[in-house]
Order: sequence, then structure tokens, then C-alpha cells
Amino acid sequence: MNATVNGEARVLPAGATVASVLVLLDVAPDARGIAVAVDGEVVSRSRWDATALHDGSTVEVVTAIGGG
Amino acid sequence: MSAGPPDVPAPVDESDRLEIAGRSFSSRLILGTGGFVNHELLAAACREARAELCTVALRRLDPSTPGSILDVLDEAGVAVLPNTAGCFTARDAIATARLAREAFGTDWLKLEVIGDDRTLLPDAVELVAAAEELVDDGFIVLPYTTDDPVLARRLQDIGCAAVMPLGSPIGSGMGICNPYNLSIIVEYAEVPVILDAGVGTASDAALAMELGCDAVLCASAISRAHDAAAMARAIRLGVDAGRLAFGAGRIPRRRYAQASTPMAGLPALGPSS
Repeated sequence: MNATVNGEARVLPAGATVASVLVLLDVAPDARGIAVAVDGEVVSRSRWDATALHDGSTVEVVTAIGGG
Repeated sequence: MSAGPPDVPAPVDESDRLEIAGRSFSSRLILGTGGFVNHELLAAACREARAELCTVALRRLDPSTPGSILDVLDEAGVAVLPNTAGCFTARDAIATARLAREAFGTDWLKLEVIGDDRTLLPDAVELVAAAEELVDDGFIVLPYTTDDPVLARRLQDIGCAAVMPLGSPIGSGMGICNPYNLSIIVEYAEVPVILDAGVGTASDAALAMELGCDAVLCASAISRAHDAAAMARAIRLGVDAGRLAFGAGRIPRRRYAQASTPMAGLPALGPSS
């Protein structure tokens, strides 16, 4: 299926979850300071494994940077 | 309280603490972490600023970026204050706030809703709308606002934990353009007033504190200074000096001189008449 991850088009296997996208991005499951939104809604860490993506999902994975 | 390195003098008065939403801070300087060239400079600035609270922003994860700013802030013993920098609507700011709460495990938020990309001035209408929803949602909201006393009071009435008026536009280094408005904000405020934006150097921070602000938030003036660590120290000393001066009570301004030396007892040294 097709998804957009941090603005980039990606082809993901059927059944892909938030957790599998994080593996693609090299994010450890216990990495700190990470948050994920799917189609604009926050997906809390406890639901990363269980949250399945669908064709056309927009996934944003964010973390801290320096900012005023 | 964290003990600083031995070459950093202690704050002016340990008992004079900043209270925001039930949390107590010995430092009245909040450090913005934007604009530092590297993590070492940020760490040095944290030390010299004696900051206990640092803002951070949220952006897309870049797997090629080495090291996390959170590790630097942890090492420095400072707490994180996430911001919503870059948001132009209440909707975006609220979504960003929720992501920040998930990412950092804190309800504290520096709420920014910008209305114009040249001036980076707050959009009052969107700001109030976002603040209302986020306060209702349990956030500790510290809104970046204009120096409008009425807007500051509205934000306070909504339930914001502090108000953060600008001295002048973000990163402008123009200091405090309207000290009269800032004084009125301070006079009306029942929550802490934190001067946010516009500080260019130590005297600007001192002036903010002399006007009665409870704290100063400073990013660019420190991170973009030629020597960031030295400027962090200078601005921290400015904050302390201004705080002391505010408590000490300045003399009123007057048009004409008032001699400090009494005239009584002046010897007669002219030719006798």
C-alpha cells in the first residue's frame, strides 16, 4: 500500500503498522522524545504495535530540535 | 537544587523563587534552545545561564541527525518546555501541543501561534482560541503574546499559567519597544509575566526585570552571540541585577536635579561684604 511518511511517498507491505514504520526509520521502540501522528491524530506509544496503516495514510514522526 | 560549576556565582537570593503553576524555580532565565551551532555550545549556555527550563521545538525526525538535544538538556539538569513554533493556526498549534505532550511527557507548553511570517507577531484571535482549548485539555499553557495588556489579561482569564509578552519581534534584538505597555501588563497580571522575544543583550533583560517581569526567556541573543556562553552569563547577571533593582525600588524620575549633598553647613569662603 502507499503511504506518506514525513512527507515522503513510501510503499509499505500490507498489514504495516506504526511500529513497522518506526523500524524503517531506525527508531528503537524505547527511543525517547518521539511522537507519531497518523492522519493528524496522535498515536500514543502504547498503540504503535496495534495501529495498522491503510492505503493513503499520512504518518508524521517527530522529535525534539532546538527552538525558542 | 543543582550545584553549578564553582566558577559560576550563586543566584542573588535563594529564597526569591519563580513560581509557575505550582512549580518553583531558582532561575528567572528560561533558555530558548534555537540557533545554537552545536550541542556543546548549548550545554555551555545552559550552565552559564543557570537555566532550569529550556524550550524545544518539534520537527520531523531526521534519522541522519546525530545525538538528541534531550540528552544535552538532561545532562544539564534542565526541564523541557515544548513550543509550538511554526504554527499559524489554532488547529495546528493544538495538534502540535498534543504531539509534544506525547513526545516529552509534559503538559507544559509554550504556545505560539504566529500571524505573519515577516514579523512573527502572534495572531491574537488564533492564540486565544488555541489557549482556551489547550487549557481545557489540561495543558499548562504559557502563551507567547504581544505587548497588549488587554490580550494578556484575556489569556490570564482563560487560565494560562503565565503570560509571555514580547519586547520586540522574535530574533530582532530590538529590546523592549514599549516599556509602558509592559508595565501595565505587569500591573494587571496575577500570573507570572515572562518577557519573551526581543532581548538583544544583558541590559534588555535587566530592564524587563526592573519593570517587574518575573522572568525572561531568551534564545537568539544568546545562541547567536559571538560568544554564546559569555552572553548567557551576561544575560543571567542582567536578570539578577534587574530583579534586585526591582525589589530595591528605583528613585522617581524628575525633571530637575536634587542635590545629594546637603547645603546646610556650607562654609562661607567668599569675600566678606
